[in-house]
Amino acid sequence: MQIDWAALGQVFGVSLVVTVGLVGVFTLGIVGTSRRSAEGAGGDVAAAAPTAAARTGAYACFALCAAAVGYGIYLIVA
Amino acid sequence: MEHITLLIGIVIVTALVFDFTNGFHDTANAMATTISTGALKPKVAVAMSAALNLVGAFLSVEVAKTISGGIIDETAGIRPEVIFAGLIGAIVWNLLTWLAGLPSSSSHALFGGLIGATIVSVGFDAVNADKVVMKVLIPAVAAPLVAGVAATLATRLTYRLAKGRDEKETAKGYRAGQIASAALVSLAHGTNDAQKTMGVITLALVAGGVVAPHSDPPMWVIVSAGLAIAAGTYLGGWRIIQTLGKGLTDIKPAQGFAAQTGAATVILASSHIGFALSTTQVCSGSIMGAGLGRKGGVVRWSTAGRMVMAWCLTLPAAGLVAGGAAFLADQGDWGVATVAVLGLAVSGGIWLVSRRKPVTHDDLDEVGERQPAEPAGVVTAALQAVAPPPAGTLPAPVSPVAVVTPEAGRAPAAAAS
Repeated sequence: MQIDWAALGQVFGVSLVVTVGLVGVFTLGIVGTSRRSAEGAGGDVAAAAPTAAARTGAYACFALCAAAVGYGIYLIVA
Repeated sequence: MEHITLLIGIVIVTALVFDFTNGFHDTANAMATTISTGALKPKVAVAMSAALNLVGAFLSVEVAKTISGGIIDETAGIRPEVIFAGLIGAIVWNLLTWLAGLPSSSSHALFGGLIGATIVSVGFDAVNADKVVMKVLIPAVAAPLVAGVAATLATRLTYRLAKGRDEKETAKGYRAGQIASAALVSLAHGTNDAQKTMGVITLALVAGGVVAPHSDPPMWVIVSAGLAIAAGTYLGGWRIIQTLGKGLTDIKPAQGFAAQTGAATVILASSHIGFALSTTQVCSGSIMGAGLGRKGGVVRWSTAGRMVMAWCLTLPAAGLVAGGAAFLADQGDWGVATVAVLGLAVSGGIWLVSRRKPVTHDDLDEVGERQPAEPAGVVTAALQAVAPPPAGTLPAPVSPVAVVTPEAGRAPAAAAS
């Protein structure tokens, strides 16, 4: 019996890295575009709106995720 | 398509029925958490999933020439009767697990059915035991682990990163992301599973000498297989959606996103690298993983245990039903007819039982967990229903395991009438 451990390990590694990476990047995007909640900002009553830099970074994150989805579709079609 | 015999016609219809059950069995994989986090309304979710299934069926031209992936030796005299018996086994098992609200792999049911029918009809030699271990058993263990670990870590990470953010505001983003990854899962499902049915039909056509060996499936096969799976998906297997979306663990948008992304990644990575993992098991595993990843999150292990039991039973149970069906179908035309009638009766019985406690998309707004029927009892009932007493290939149902629930007891009664 020949078990293809290498392929299984590869699936495991790739899945782990890509999942955690994508979720991380997407979360950064969400963090970048969302307001800091009142408690989080140390008792500030007015919630702080995200800065322009944060916004740009967030959009870059979302673009990266969109590219990943595109690559996914490419994998399905190919 | 002028020389299609009645038998081939029956096989094609049965294959399409299997495709249909496959659709509503597996809607949950892509859409359960999407619905339970409120990213999409139930009806919208299944409509989207159905559309993507249909698109997926047309996308790929890479047809599985060997439907069983080499598990059975398809050149060793696989006749339409065998394929028919295998399909009946797979359909019956799919319907039973659906009745119990348990997500089980439709592919494994199909493999199990084909293996059982082949053993009875051709012999053990035609089954490739190594391949069974390689393609079914190891992936069955590995899939939930891989997806579960990935989803757990991803959930932890996303909660840590988004700490201190307003949950209501981030939820919107998570839901949007979840829709994207659910769409990918649906699309991949359409390409994989609709192709399987096309492969089965093409195999039957080849076996009947209607089309030349190694030919691509004719257009009408592609269209009908795509439509059957999409129709099944649109109908929505609400029972299984309920189990996956609410029964296993309570899913918040962030978890749903992590679980769905993990599932999509694992499915694509595994099919691309060439170590195919079952979609159902990947999705169930990633949902459990997401449940474990949130602080204070709980996984209902009793539900998970029932689900794992169903996974273990899928291959042998579908195989036994198919074996019995193959034994009958080998007796000649009346045997095939009997199997067809019994298959219809059992399916009708299961449907009738399901009507007694219907689960519709409206139920998904309720919180309470519905207790699925005891799978062991259902299995035993199915064996009794499908296997005629003299069929020597089937062992007598082991009674200690069998706590036949009243609902499950109805199936053989309906079949006998």
